[in-house]
Amino acid sequence: MKAFISVFPVKGMRMGCVLGVVLGGILTSHVNAQEYPADSLKLINLNEVIVISTAKQLDHQKQRKPLSTLDEFLESSRSIKMVKRGAYAWEPIMNDMASERLAITIDGMQIFGACTDKMDPITSYVDVSNLSEAQIGSGQQGAAFGNTIGGGINLKLDKSNFKSTGWTGSLESAFESNNAMRVFGGELNYSDKQFYLNTDAIYRKADNYSAGGDEEVQFSQFEKYNFSVNAGYKLAEDKSVAATLIYDEAKDVGYPALTMDVSLARAVIGSVSFNQDTLFGNLSNWESKLYYNTIKHTMDDTKRPDVPIHMDMPGWSETAGFYSQANFNSAQNHFLFKMDGFYNKSYAEMTMYPNNSNEPLMFMLTWPDVRTKDVGFYAEDHIQFKKASLKLSTRLAYHSNTVADDFGLNSLKIFYPEMQKTNTRFLKSFSVQYHDMWKDFHFNTGVSYGERAPSVSEGYGFYLFNSFDNHDYIGDPGLNTESSTDVNLSVTFKKPIFEIAATANYFHIYNYIIGVVDSSLSTMTIGAEGVKIYTNLAYAQLFNTSLSGRYNISNAFKWTGQISYHRGIDNDGENLPLISPVSYRSAIDFYKNQFSASLSVDGAGEQTNYNAAYGETKTAAYATLSASFGKRFFVNENDLFVKAGIENLLDTKYSSYTDWNNIPRMGRNFYLTISYSIN
Amino acid sequence: MKTLTYIFTILFLSVSFVSCSDDDDNTPVEVNPVEGLAMLYKVEAADHTVQFYSEKQNLEVGYNEIYIRIKDLAGNTYVSDAAPSWMPMMHMETMEHSAPHTSLNNTEESSVYKGHIVFQMPSNETEYWDLTLNYTLKGEAKQEVLRVTVAQPADGLKKTSVFTGSDDVRYILAYVNPKEPKVAVNDMQAVLYKMENMMSFPVVENYTITVDPRMPGMGNHGSPNNEDLVYMPSSKLYNGKLSLTMTGYWKINLKLLNANGEVLKGEDVTEANPESSLYFELEF
Repeated sequence: MKAFISVFPVKGMRMGCVLGVVLGGILTSHVNAQEYPADSLKLINLNEVIVISTAKQLDHQKQRKPLSTLDEFLESSRSIKMVKRGAYAWEPIMNDMASERLAITIDGMQIFGACTDKMDPITSYVDVSNLSEAQIGSGQQGAAFGNTIGGGINLKLDKSNFKSTGWTGSLESAFESNNAMRVFGGELNYSDKQFYLNTDAIYRKADNYSAGGDEEVQFSQFEKYNFSVNAGYKLAEDKSVAATLIYDEAKDVGYPALTMDVSLARAVIGSVSFNQDTLFGNLSNWESKLYYNTIKHTMDDTKRPDVPIHMDMPGWSETAGFYSQANFNSAQNHFLFKMDGFYNKSYAEMTMYPNNSNEPLMFMLTWPDVRTKDVGFYAEDHIQFKKASLKLSTRLAYHSNTVADDFGLNSLKIFYPEMQKTNTRFLKSFSVQYHDMWKDFHFNTGVSYGERAPSVSEGYGFYLFNSFDNHDYIGDPGLNTESSTDVNLSVTFKKPIFEIAATANYFHIYNYIIGVVDSSLSTMTIGAEGVKIYTNLAYAQLFNTSLSGRYNISNAFKWTGQISYHRGIDNDGENLPLISPVSYRSAIDFYKNQFSASLSVDGAGEQTNYNAAYGETKTAAYATLSASFGKRFFVNENDLFVKAGIENLLDTKYSSYTDWNNIPRMGRNFYLTISYSIN
Repeated sequence: MKTLTYIFTILFLSVSFVSCSDDDDNTPVEVNPVEGLAMLYKVEAADHTVQFYSEKQNLEVGYNEIYIRIKDLAGNTYVSDAAPSWMPMMHMETMEHSAPHTSLNNTEESSVYKGHIVFQMPSNETEYWDLTLNYTLKGEAKQEVLRVTVAQPADGLKKTSVFTGSDDVRYILAYVNPKEPKVAVNDMQAVLYKMENMMSFPVVENYTITVDPRMPGMGNHGSPNNEDLVYMPSSKLYNGKLSLTMTGYWKINLKLLNANGEVLKGEDVTEANPESSLYFELEF
């Protein structure tokens, strides 16, 4: 315990002591001796890891749809839901919280979308073809990746890591019937003990999709390329350097639920890192990374008929950052120390073309070149007892926002005459997770506190139109820091052939940031109902619970099922927007002799706890049925893998609570994927 | 020896460089008091000239700030004790009338006199404006009559309103500032005169002018935190705040209220009534 306390500065120390005393009390009641395997510490480190990796580990059998988009992969997670504005670039939400309350990183790199309308979550700038897994941590379990309230998602890039595999490669292709999506991809890798190089390219093009009942959803097409290269070189037995470069470009992306499409969304993401096995003798796995990424995003309405006024809305986001982390292990304690920092520039503008061409163009800055500086220190300690374990973690960060553009500053001063150019905050996060076993039961419980700064839109957005509730949104630079206290509990009963888990978490969020109508203000967007200002509510409460199970019917057949319930209310007891109704999924998977098959059902109950003030309507209950079949063949020691499937078998017309403006989801869809991998 | 020569040369050069820059610092910077202004007219008399300057390239209907300088050709100096006064006059086919104007006063630069005139109408071939200027030069009273051209504003935007209020008084309201509007809260100024008779246009004091900027090209949306124009006795201008949330064409809807708060001209902007009958236009 002493070692843990010493890493905290004064303020955290008091908190650490208090927690120590409280937990000490809990721990003394567990004295049963049973060996607990060291590697299962991960159980409380991350709530979930979605394996994405494609050809290399030949994990295709595990995925129902191997070349699906990253969005679909994330949606298959237990804890993530996706907000859909169209067929592409879905926005992940976790514990009913979206981007601004989550820390989403790619290989530990902070990246921020360049779209004021959240049409480009950073998950849209990578592809499954270059990822190995998505590491998901709920609540403060995600704080290792950045300041967060709802949780963290880290998308880990696929790397050969000095395995002596020599040259390997694969070619992949897929076709989907509903939107005629064509996918072509390939990778070529070389790896030996000294050096590795991974290259990967993928191309996807899709036409409009059809909802159930064969109804075409206009403007749901997209086209995307992704190239990535990463390489590593061993300088010495215990030292290596690595570099990655990702180029991702999406063009002609339709957003049927919005009034605008996207003509270009482009990201260039690069990093160099240095790894050393030991540092000062005591620290191990020392990893340091420098990274830079630049994103350009162009909203476009030139293909839309009957726009009241044509407008261009380009946005830019540039981020440079670093992190350096190392482990420190003793008999009982497993520390991770991490220093990280980033500098982000977010700039977005809007030019409107008046119908009377004699009038001058209308121009404003929707993001006034906001420069965000963030430097953080993160530390965690896994403390292992005979059969229980405890994880303590903290993040302390200095965060500042500066409005660098005078035009933008003057614009915001229309609303906030007294506002300062720069706003700084000190953000804190503390978390305690405890894991224990009793016979076949696993208990996980935790208490955390976390803070986050308002996002660029929440703090500095200038007339950002939200088509969901049909309001213009204006940021408030004087918003208070949002903070959250959360508790979580999960109980798992685990037998080799049978497993059932119940989990629940509760977030009490102070200074909850949400748009509140200011009826004195005049809308800017033609047809908008009003103007909302981002405001701190006194508090909001979120409660999420789920029950999931697995049963191995036989060696070949496996059944899984999950049902979840979510609830979110504000301080007046009103429903918060985008809160999941009861939802469920269940599947039977078959795997034998390189042949796999699955049958799954996905559904949700009626959304009764909706809020019309946020543009929500009651979403009806639905259920869809899907099936897939796959077979792996061996051709001259190489692998040929073929998988076919059908989604939404009954061609149900439906939308879920996360579908923006209730845009209907895809109807019946056949897909076929073929992968050939050369070993 | 050679090296020494170099060193001396460098030393000499650096000393002269330093001393040169010292000289520069001590030289007073000559300020041109009419910098940035356009000379619109120049009246040439025997021993002096009278120069008329404006920020604009010509006189326009509406508010015009005019600067006058009198140059004594004998001493090649500008006089600062000329005590000029002026009278604008419109010569129409059937009648003559003047225009609202201030007296001419010395500016910070005592040889430059400044005042403003609000022309209510443009001149044309048959109807013209002239300016009668009275001043003294070396103790001698002088008078010049200058025929001037007054054009409609080149941008075609309405920045002057001549109207009869509900109190049957004829008013002249003209836009003054911001000259270069910004996406910001702008300081707004206007002048308000009433027409007592053809020759007399006193400043109207203590009325209120409400401000409601709108963008007709974008659903007639407005902007927040505007402030009504109120009278400032020190400047004799009406001052307020004008918020512009984006560039483009703006219609500044106005209402004129007398000291008792009674509306003399203009209407509220509503769904049914998209604009007031009293307004200014802006483009930037």
